[in-house]
Amino acid sequence: MTKKLRVKTSKFIDETYKISFKFNGKTYYGYKGDTLASALLANNVHLVGRSFKYHRPRGIMTAGSEEPNAIVQLHKNTSRTEPNVRATEIEIYEGLEASSQNCWPSVNFDIGGINNFLSPLLPAGFYYKTFMWPASFWEKYEYFIRKSAGLGKSPTEPDPDIYEHKYIHCDVLIVGAGISGIMAAKIAAKNGFKTLLVDEKSYLGGSTIYQNSEHFKINNQISSSWLDKEISEIKKIKNLKIKTRTSVAAYHGYNFLLARENLTDHLPLEQRKNKIRQRLLKIRAKKVITATGSLERPLIFDNNDRPGILLSSAVEKYANFFGVACGEKNVLFTNNDSAYETAISLFQKGINIETIIDNREEIDSRLIKEAEKNNIKIYKGYTVVDTSGYKRINKISIMQLSKDGQKVVGSKISITCDCLGVSGGWTPAVHLFTQSGGKLKFRDEDQVFIPNIYSSDQISIGSCNGDFTLDEILLNIPNTLKEFLDLKKTDYENLEVKSSFNKSKRNIWLLPSDKLVGKTKPFVDYQNDATAKDIKLALREGFRSIEHVKRYTTTGMGTDQGKLGNMHALGIISETAGSKMGELGTTTFRPPYTPLTFGTIVGRNVGEYFDVFRKTPIHDWHVKNKAEFENVGQWKRAWYYPKDGENMHDAVQRESKAARDSAGILDASTLGKIDIQGSDASEFLNRVYTNAWSKLAIGKCRYGLMLNEDGMVYDDGVTTRLGENHYIMTTTTGGAATVLGKLEDYLQTEWPELDVYLTSVTDHYATVSVCGPNSKKIVSQIVPDLDFSDENFPHMSFKNAKIGKIKCRVMRISFTGEQSYEINIQANYGKSVWEKCMEAGKEFNITPYGTETMHLLRAEKGFIIVGQDTDATMTPIDLQMDWIVSKKKFDFIGKRSLYRSDTIREDRKQLVGLLTENPDEVLEEGAQIVADIKKSPVEMLGHVTSSYYSPNLKKSIALGVVRGGKKMMGQKLIIPMENKEINVTVADPVFLDRENKKLNA
Amino acid sequence: MFVINCPYCGEREQSEFKAGGEAHIVRPKQPTELSDDQWAEYLFMRKNIKGIQFERWVHTHGCRKWFNVVRDTSNDEITAVYKMGEKPPTNK
Repeated sequence: MTKKLRVKTSKFIDETYKISFKFNGKTYYGYKGDTLASALLANNVHLVGRSFKYHRPRGIMTAGSEEPNAIVQLHKNTSRTEPNVRATEIEIYEGLEASSQNCWPSVNFDIGGINNFLSPLLPAGFYYKTFMWPASFWEKYEYFIRKSAGLGKSPTEPDPDIYEHKYIHCDVLIVGAGISGIMAAKIAAKNGFKTLLVDEKSYLGGSTIYQNSEHFKINNQISSSWLDKEISEIKKIKNLKIKTRTSVAAYHGYNFLLARENLTDHLPLEQRKNKIRQRLLKIRAKKVITATGSLERPLIFDNNDRPGILLSSAVEKYANFFGVACGEKNVLFTNNDSAYETAISLFQKGINIETIIDNREEIDSRLIKEAEKNNIKIYKGYTVVDTSGYKRINKISIMQLSKDGQKVVGSKISITCDCLGVSGGWTPAVHLFTQSGGKLKFRDEDQVFIPNIYSSDQISIGSCNGDFTLDEILLNIPNTLKEFLDLKKTDYENLEVKSSFNKSKRNIWLLPSDKLVGKTKPFVDYQNDATAKDIKLALREGFRSIEHVKRYTTTGMGTDQGKLGNMHALGIISETAGSKMGELGTTTFRPPYTPLTFGTIVGRNVGEYFDVFRKTPIHDWHVKNKAEFENVGQWKRAWYYPKDGENMHDAVQRESKAARDSAGILDASTLGKIDIQGSDASEFLNRVYTNAWSKLAIGKCRYGLMLNEDGMVYDDGVTTRLGENHYIMTTTTGGAATVLGKLEDYLQTEWPELDVYLTSVTDHYATVSVCGPNSKKIVSQIVPDLDFSDENFPHMSFKNAKIGKIKCRVMRISFTGEQSYEINIQANYGKSVWEKCMEAGKEFNITPYGTETMHLLRAEKGFIIVGQDTDATMTPIDLQMDWIVSKKKFDFIGKRSLYRSDTIREDRKQLVGLLTENPDEVLEEGAQIVADIKKSPVEMLGHVTSSYYSPNLKKSIALGVVRGGKKMMGQKLIIPMENKEINVTVADPVFLDRENKKLNA
Repeated sequence: MFVINCPYCGEREQSEFKAGGEAHIVRPKQPTELSDDQWAEYLFMRKNIKGIQFERWVHTHGCRKWFNVVRDTSNDEITAVYKMGEKPPTNK
């Protein structure tokens, strides 16, 4: 069998290099140069998969990336497995293993095939209609729907391959290396433009390179020989870079394109090790030339999807390029001249052609004459009305078309065949053009959409611009490029072109049948099993917009994005609805042109590089001491330090108690630090914080609250006056970057007259915070020269000091309510200072604590955390922090908003403390707060924002926001939970040491 | 992804910048003298134009400078870039 189907040697196939591969477990052989599709066809394998919905047997339809049916799973059950790979694109290599998808137990016998007989019960929108009621059953349906959906299987193991991203900048990018792309590349590169030429295929020259016909000549040479010479010439041009196996996935604005360069997919697995598999090229081109060619259209008739039905151009390519006959009894079915090119190619290769069926009645061209000369029987004015053969086409029925093409007349003729090549004309591949924002226009004479208005510096050439004949292409390119690249002349002036192609075409979107449409299966979208019948149903049900019809019928929504059938869907809609094609428009072409692997999209950003995190200078110590970490912004912060099998609760209770009883130590290096200098620094702080700063003495610290212009709390932190015109501001860990951005914004745009300079110094300092009644004893050992007396160094002040020879800043500030000292030192000394503190604190049981304990301690003290107790709807007044809002200041950011009618409402949500009736009951953060559980609907008054069990107070404490909460002190409220109601009392949010005795002790 | 010609650094990828909304909205000098409606006008009301829009951008991953951009929101075409405090180009 193999011998017979591999016809005359092709120069693109190396018959001395035999390759074995497996398909569905069976071993086959092919040659170097074969795709999986060509090798299977050479082995007479047409049936390669099952369709999505009806599980109909499907075969190879095309010879390119537009393939809807022949999609396979590679290397099943391995880490390299990949679903939905087009058999027409994958080049075979030794050891390749591919299998069919969407079938069980096998592609030959598929249980799901029963859907084909149930198809009258599975119309468009079936799932939407059927599974809507009862609504509660959805969860049950969903399981089965999900099980039966999907084509291939995604890998379950990590991807072993390496991917990367690369930026490319060029003067001219040419997409597509067919004859148009090659000519454009030569013109651009020879005129000094830094040029990049890319093509998705492994070879250059597009379809012309295997066109060996006397009917197509350039300067008296057969077109492929002429092009061959051009290709060897351009390969020598220095400023031209050529990338094959590179598919442009997306064309964005400003000539920014993404392309996938495939580097190892054609190599045997063992040769891929340590090599980059695919590269995502991010190309920024000054000018773009799109030469993406065109896709042959199928024809839409009953049962047009059987294995053995291919595009006519694919039959030609398998013969000419791969030297493979797709069948022994070949029939071609066409509405234009393209099928005759195929016929002549097959004839040249000695492949049998039974007959040609042509929709057109009166036809006359050199190609047709030659076909007739070769005794090929042509049925003119006929159409195929049906086909038969379950797993491979074996017969077609044809009938004559009526004059208007709306009906079939006369009697049926049966023709046996094992391959049917169909050609419905050509569709320009305008995907990239439209992605870039280009606008199409409809050309009525041959029913195609072509580029009309460009959105950037680009041009479409060749058949993607609607130039389908060789003479049009070759004569238009020099002129188009002269204008586009501003050239005087090109290498291609006065080419002599012979093209026998006649442009006549009889376009009928849905071919008539002797049966009612409802009784037929004319597939429009092969992969998603959408038929003309479904589209008509959608229109009957009232859908009009092409985008809606698409979603309702799933036309064009498969992995092939409807590259073959979308035009027919439009045609059928326009005919049925009586609207004009040009007015109907197209569905949106979205990237990627062909599917991309996730690996390519993420490149090197995998594993620990997926989302890089920031570590403090003391990070290694935390790791060594078994800290659990929490993500705060980009930082990894020590969360708690479990000891001997402690859980989080135990650890936090222990840490919290130690910090209040004796001493705790916290790594506070992640807090944002902004260095503020300039003669207007004080004025600047007055404007950005709610409180007053002018009178803050040098060496003193002050807590500040920052609002948005809408009056809502934005950030908080302590700012220290280091000098007359010098401050250091701390921000929340997560807010550091946005606060700096916001301050810069005001400085540059609203107050450019202020003499203030901002510098982010977060990374420059490590901050070690020691708190607790024994903190002074510990820190004074580290900084022995400093006078720690309360008179010299009171709460909320700062001192410049030295640890050994190293300068540091010590602040006496507190977020825990305990006496507490923060040592800020050059980052690289952070760890050593931390260790010194640990050493000095040994006798006081100094206990490292993490963010969780920090949160607990501050909650005991009633200090807020911006972002936890606030959510951009809380004013300082809502937080019961009226004391920090200056009444005297003329203005500050957000001031005016604090007395808008909305912000002065007394029933706003306000921050309160919550105490549970049962002191051991800890509330859930986020739980709703209500007053009356019986009222229907229950009125939600607010929610719990922070909640802990306090080991120091020996009871549960919580903060929450409650509507009108300020006036509810002592009132009982209810927290309704899933299976109980918790009684709480509204309390003062400061649970511990309201008089600040501990701070000033 | 478009390219913005930063008036301080030159042409850079859009990903280096951050948009800051409509340009030429001046913060009132005396907010206390404004009515709620006037203040709300400043605070909340922004144009949402399909077409030529004057907007603020900041070169976040570059010089950190704010500047103004005239951009057609329908196709991202940028027709002018100018520094803060400079007059917007006319007759666009």
